[in-house]
Amino acid sequence: MESILTINNLTKKFGYLTAVKNLSFTIKKGNVYGILGPNGSGKSTTLGIVLNVVNKTEGDFHWFDGNTSTHNALKKVGAIIERPNFYPYMTAFENLKLVCKIKGVNYNKIDEKLEIVGLLNRKNSKFKTYSLGMKQRLAIASALLNDPEILILDEPTNGLDPQGIHQIREIIKQIAAKGTTILLASHLLDEVEKVCSHVVILRKGTKLYSGRVDEMISSHGFFELKSNKEENLIAFLKNHNSFGKIKIQDDLITAFLNEPMNSEDFNKLLFEKGIILTHLVQRKESLEEQFLQLTDR
Amino acid sequence: MLRLLNLELQKLLLNRTSKILIFVSFILPFFVILLSSLKINVFGFFTLELGELGIFNFPIIWHLTTFFASYFKLFFAIVVVSMIGNEYSNKTIKQNLIDGLSKKEFILSKFYTITFFSLLSTILISLISFFIGLYYSSYTEASIIFRETEFLLAYFVKLIGFFSLCLFFGMLVKRSAFALAFLFILYIFEWILYGLMAWKLDINLAEKVHNFFPLQSMYKLIDQPFQRIAMTKFPNKENLAYDYGTHGYEIIIVLSWTALFVFLSYRLLKKRDL
Repeated sequence: MESILTINNLTKKFGYLTAVKNLSFTIKKGNVYGILGPNGSGKSTTLGIVLNVVNKTEGDFHWFDGNTSTHNALKKVGAIIERPNFYPYMTAFENLKLVCKIKGVNYNKIDEKLEIVGLLNRKNSKFKTYSLGMKQRLAIASALLNDPEILILDEPTNGLDPQGIHQIREIIKQIAAKGTTILLASHLLDEVEKVCSHVVILRKGTKLYSGRVDEMISSHGFFELKSNKEENLIAFLKNHNSFGKIKIQDDLITAFLNEPMNSEDFNKLLFEKGIILTHLVQRKESLEEQFLQLTDR
Repeated sequence: MLRLLNLELQKLLLNRTSKILIFVSFILPFFVILLSSLKINVFGFFTLELGELGIFNFPIIWHLTTFFASYFKLFFAIVVVSMIGNEYSNKTIKQNLIDGLSKKEFILSKFYTITFFSLLSTILISLISFFIGLYYSSYTEASIIFRETEFLLAYFVKLIGFFSLCLFFGMLVKRSAFALAFLFILYIFEWILYGLMAWKLDINLAEKVHNFFPLQSMYKLIDQPFQRIAMTKFPNKENLAYDYGTHGYEIIIVLSWTALFVFLSYRLLKKRDL
């Protein structure tokens, strides 16, 4: 598969503080990536380096096949980092025109992209009159102007109200559905879980994991169970080889699987033993649970 | 090059404050010179006509207009420092780089703009001087008209040099007001250093060294014309004679400073984490 961004042993030091330590990963075309990490784990610094605004200390990175200079490669990238930065005295249209001039894109793209983010009717309003949600949507329109090979979003829903968050997520989903590669940095796990197929997890500038979301922890998931015959159920689970750890909280029993098992077979088995369930849910660990397990280590 | 100039012009001309300042720095000297060339009747007592003094004769007019017009560069200096200051305060410098502008292109777009406006100003001044001169001057032979037009070149170099210094200060401190304060401090610092050298060493040597300092070297390109006007009135007073001409080495000094300031601005941006 065609690779879009390759990072090799990247290190960034701010004085004594090492913000990014020996980081390597590759972004392949067509996937949706999440960069996860607590605040201050080096997400924004890493993105800053590959986006030409922060100088690296050691290591290297290259865009696409490595034959284009970083600033020329960035013309094929769409990125918004932290807050939307535009000229407050210009209208949305004029701001986007400026971006077109930098990226070498035709002006007729402007209306098309403003339509996608729902700002077409406000295109002649000055940027300073926009609400934060509108500013963020304008930033997305600006990042989409060049029909980018990859869209980089750093905390795109930070500071937005629930409607704003919802609008931004819908827009991201639409873009992802069109097959655009996306790199989404966030500490909001449900955000990443909803859209990403791959994750890179950082803590204190070091990579803890990179790969598919569903392969992050080698687990077969777990059952959440309730039954009127609680003792019988617990005894059964403890004697069955397929189950490992069993957690009991109030009347909810959580049984972790050692090997794959589907809920239909399990239910049937219990029924034959005369145990009738009042509640049965089969689940995998959520990204949040997996993330906490990884970063707590 | 046109792309970068176009980019910066959009940033400047859509901003009301810089539009007004640009207007003031280009149109105001134009009008001041034009007005001073008119016949003014002072309350009916007498008519003041500066043209009668012979100051609008060729070739001295080139010297006079470029000297006075260069004071209006201060208005455009505010534009230059604020065009850097605004990029930092709006964080648009970061966005420009992310959008695919290189750091070199960023500095170049500012420098091209400086050069563009310096050239525009030089052209305006040469046109107005030319027409006023034609109107007042008693000699209109081409050889006299175009004598001393090197003052126009000096004016152009002076503007570019001064604005490059503003660009560098803007990049250095990132805030427009502080950058202007730095200009003022540099001016005072140059004179203090001059005073110290004159006191401890030798006044002639001090003057020579002083002429190498950034602001003084720009000033030296076009010396004050008053003494020269006085000289035309009293040609036999030898002690008034001074070297008012624009010399090649003066231009080279200022151009070297210009190159240094632009290069340092680029180095500063390259080393900086935004």
